[in-house]
Amino acid sequence: MVAWMFALPFVLVFGFFMLVPLVSSFAMSFTDFTSRDVRTPFAVNFVGLDQYVALFGDARFLKSLGVTGTFVIVGIPVTMAVALALAVALNSGISRFRSAFRVGFYAPVVTSIVAVSVVWRYILQPDGLLNTALGWVGIEGPNWLSSTTWALPSLILMAVWRNVGTLMVIFLAGLQSVPAEVQEAAVMDGASPWRRFRSVTLPLLRPTLLLGAVLISVGYLQFFEEAFVMTQGGPLDSTLSTAFYTFEQFGFGKYGFASAASYVLFLAIALLSLLQFRLLRSQD
Amino acid sequence: MSTMTPPSPHPAVDRLAQPAPSRRRRLPTGRALTYTVLVVGVLLWLLPFVWMVLGSVKTQREILTKPPTIWPQDPTLDNFGRWFTDLNFGQFFTNSVIVAVVTVLGNLLFCSMVGYALAKMDFPGKKALFALVMIMLMVPGVVTFVPLFVQVTSLGLLNTYPALILPFLTQPLGVFLMRQFMLGIPEPLMEAARIDGAGELRIFARVVMPLCGPPLATLGILTFLGSWNNFLWPLVAAQSQDMYTLPVALSLYSTGQQATDYGLLLAGAVLVITPILLLFVALQRYFVQGIATVGLK
Repeated sequence: MVAWMFALPFVLVFGFFMLVPLVSSFAMSFTDFTSRDVRTPFAVNFVGLDQYVALFGDARFLKSLGVTGTFVIVGIPVTMAVALALAVALNSGISRFRSAFRVGFYAPVVTSIVAVSVVWRYILQPDGLLNTALGWVGIEGPNWLSSTTWALPSLILMAVWRNVGTLMVIFLAGLQSVPAEVQEAAVMDGASPWRRFRSVTLPLLRPTLLLGAVLISVGYLQFFEEAFVMTQGGPLDSTLSTAFYTFEQFGFGKYGFASAASYVLFLAIALLSLLQFRLLRSQD
Repeated sequence: MSTMTPPSPHPAVDRLAQPAPSRRRRLPTGRALTYTVLVVGVLLWLLPFVWMVLGSVKTQREILTKPPTIWPQDPTLDNFGRWFTDLNFGQFFTNSVIVAVVTVLGNLLFCSMVGYALAKMDFPGKKALFALVMIMLMVPGVVTFVPLFVQVTSLGLLNTYPALILPFLTQPLGVFLMRQFMLGIPEPLMEAARIDGAGELRIFARVVMPLCGPPLATLGILTFLGSWNNFLWPLVAAQSQDMYTLPVALSLYSTGQQATDYGLLLAGAVLVITPILLLFVALQRYFVQGIATVGLK
């Protein structure tokens, strides 16, 4: 029982602020709970799957799934490619400024998304830094955040910038665990550096790559702050993420509906996390 | 060891390999290229921060000039000053610090306690508890914030410090971190204390905790970072200016009347980012370790 005494503070906080909300969010998604029911939470009506039916009947929700999907499917490979290139470069035997490079590329990871979103909005203004720089080479840049074509790519670009550091660190650790003997054997066989990278390093790095992909996609699936600060989901819902949609419905006071939306997102995240656990187990 | 053509994934290989003369000649170009790419890359990566600082010290008039000036013509600290005079920066900053510090302390203590129980004690329900912790690792805030809002409201806690702090006072990741480390603490150390008549609380406080420096540092930093940058929940739970944390205040100004007042907004961004960036540069070893642990848990 001493053990439970040690666990008590955690169990209380965890139970009341995580477990109960998780369960009641699920329960709420089957009710017509609105902001007027806060004082009498048990007086709401059970509506079965109505909220989910309404949700999938809402073109904006479907749009938000598409936007979130695009964000993940485009954002992940780009982030991974850049991170891998950086990790390989940093692992290629350079010794000078190595930790300075690492700190530099990693710095955006620790910053508040809200704050960097403000900065990026400033950079992406019609007459901002990016378009001015493009102007020097004769390109007339679009109004990035007001264009239905360019707003989402702009947010993806910022996410790549902010998250590359995380994957770079993970990939670097992976690269350093590639056994030297294997590389030596490839060198003896006369393999070129590129060949060695493709045929030796990359296959050995696969678990690390997969892990990084899953890790980052869990974060990308929840993207919200970027849209909140930079575009408010616009223009014309072109950056409306599912998390933003959920928040918006919550703001309208449709709590049951918002819960249903959040559970759809949760399902996607849970599936990805399960995949992550599977990967980890196969690693051990 | 640097006599091979980069990129070579392992330095040990370089040492052992016999480089062909033709390769040796190509070497400087390759290495120079790697350095060039890295230097240009890192400058690009840091450019947003530089641009933020430059913008934050430009006058309101200058920041509207098109095309933008690179170097501030008439550097001023007015934008920062306005955070203190027109807006309530002191209050926002204090809120952020109070929330972050209490959250960190709570996590360090409570996650260690339950981590200790899970690592070093046998009790009924232990397996179930640990399984629950692992499952909850993947529950994102966006799923729980709606019912959490209802709960906090019905408790009358909305727009208070407890509302901002309590839900984050422990976290599954912290429990996992502490448990993993404590599993590695040798049993005989604790046995010796037990023979000397020490109770579990004493063993925890005097034997186990002093050994837990590294995971506590990692947990403390990760928690501080998470709390400082946390957005969705504070946005929902803080309803009036006197409870706003820094990111909430910045986001609301950046989407409200001051949406195009970039001098003010950039100064705000500098004020939010600088403390964390300084902390990061000072403690980067722990940050990177922390992320690697989280990533490779």
